[in-house]
Amino acid sequence: MRIHFWGTRGSIPTATTSAAIRRKLVAALTQAIGRGLDTPERIEAFVDNELEFGIRHTYGGNSSCVQLDPGGDAYVLCDFGSGARAFGNHVLAARRGVPGVYHVFMSHTHWDHIMGFPFFMPAYIPGNVITIYGCHAWLEEAFRRQNGAPSFPVEFSQLGAEIRFVHLEPDRPYDLAGFRVRAKRQHHTGDSYGYRFEHAGRTVVYSTDSEHKLDDLAETQAFAEFFRDADLVIFDAQYSLAEAISIKEDWGHSSNVVGVELCQLARARHLVMFHHEPTYDDDKLAAVLAETRRFEEITRGDHPVQVSSAWDGMELDL
Amino acid sequence: MLPSRLNAMRLGHARFADVVVLAPSGRVDHATAEELKTALAPHLARCGEGLDHVVLDFAGVDYISSAGLRVLMLAAKQAKAQRGFLAVAAVQPLVQEILEISKFTLVIRTLPSVREAVAAASPAGLVALERS
Repeated sequence: MRIHFWGTRGSIPTATTSAAIRRKLVAALTQAIGRGLDTPERIEAFVDNELEFGIRHTYGGNSSCVQLDPGGDAYVLCDFGSGARAFGNHVLAARRGVPGVYHVFMSHTHWDHIMGFPFFMPAYIPGNVITIYGCHAWLEEAFRRQNGAPSFPVEFSQLGAEIRFVHLEPDRPYDLAGFRVRAKRQHHTGDSYGYRFEHAGRTVVYSTDSEHKLDDLAETQAFAEFFRDADLVIFDAQYSLAEAISIKEDWGHSSNVVGVELCQLARARHLVMFHHEPTYDDDKLAAVLAETRRFEEITRGDHPVQVSSAWDGMELDL
Repeated sequence: MLPSRLNAMRLGHARFADVVVLAPSGRVDHATAEELKTALAPHLARCGEGLDHVVLDFAGVDYISSAGLRVLMLAAKQAKAQRGFLAVAAVQPLVQEILEISKFTLVIRTLPSVREAVAAASPAGLVALERS
């Protein structure tokens, strides 16, 4: 199974600033001094192998959209954040006009998780079939309201694709889109839902926009069970722990520290931090990743947890 | 089940004039955080302007989880609301790293030693500590 991250930013899309690009260029050229980079091949090897991620790359700024690819012809997504625009364009180019089938699991309907839909080109093309799954009663209404006046020039009824909405019950297993899927209610304004996807012996948990109450042992244990033995946990780590339980308490998000602790409790293998704070630049996100890896190291028992930080374009194979 | 890491939360206690030094020990984790919260409660109730100053001697704490950090957050909030002095002192290097990674060094004052914390809290406390 391949996981492709199309959008990883929380709350609102962001763009890299020109000042940040200048800092990257200065840092890269400084490191290149005296390296004899006199051919394109040497330059590319230097960039790919020697520069830190924060200098040679960006984490990107699209909001939540993750593709799970179990290997079939249908496409499976989590959330319709602005990353869905890039995904849709990529798929249209690859399919060269052949209609496709899309399954989209919605964590919730806050704007940063649905805003990619009006720019999801497959929705405009007859022959495509898009099934949108979620646990909220207002799931369909949220999409219809967004696609129409006064918010958008194209009415939902004008979309060419066949678009279906399917209501799911939390805590109930379903066999959908090639996966055994189970949703879990999460603490977030208006509720959000995490999803546990199982396919061919591999498990991925998508758990974003989820605040964890540290004084609720039963909830901690329930999440540990939801994450149990997962190969990959995609986790809302928007804030530091101190922020998440003080000035941003009840804002509906979690922290890197709680992500590590839950994965340790659940004996999950790989934590991917997700839904990045929009005010964080690449340097800050790289620092958070380094700190989180150190936290995992110094609190590790007998079960190591791999720690990564998602970026737009990142692919993982399970 | 959550791992059983419970090793009874002991809370050492000493008074130096108007400074109370409390010394938890062992692991402050999901299993013991509430125990620490309960143990701190009567001392925090008196942590205020014109009352006691409170120093948490962390020399014996070798791990603190998010649940334990939440107890520190609540303690810091209460002390601030009561205009009291609350600080953590003598933190082991590993726990200090946890405080820094979780950004708790922005939440609660940390000082290198109990003596420095007592001195920061109250001159009378320092005199009493040095006579002890």
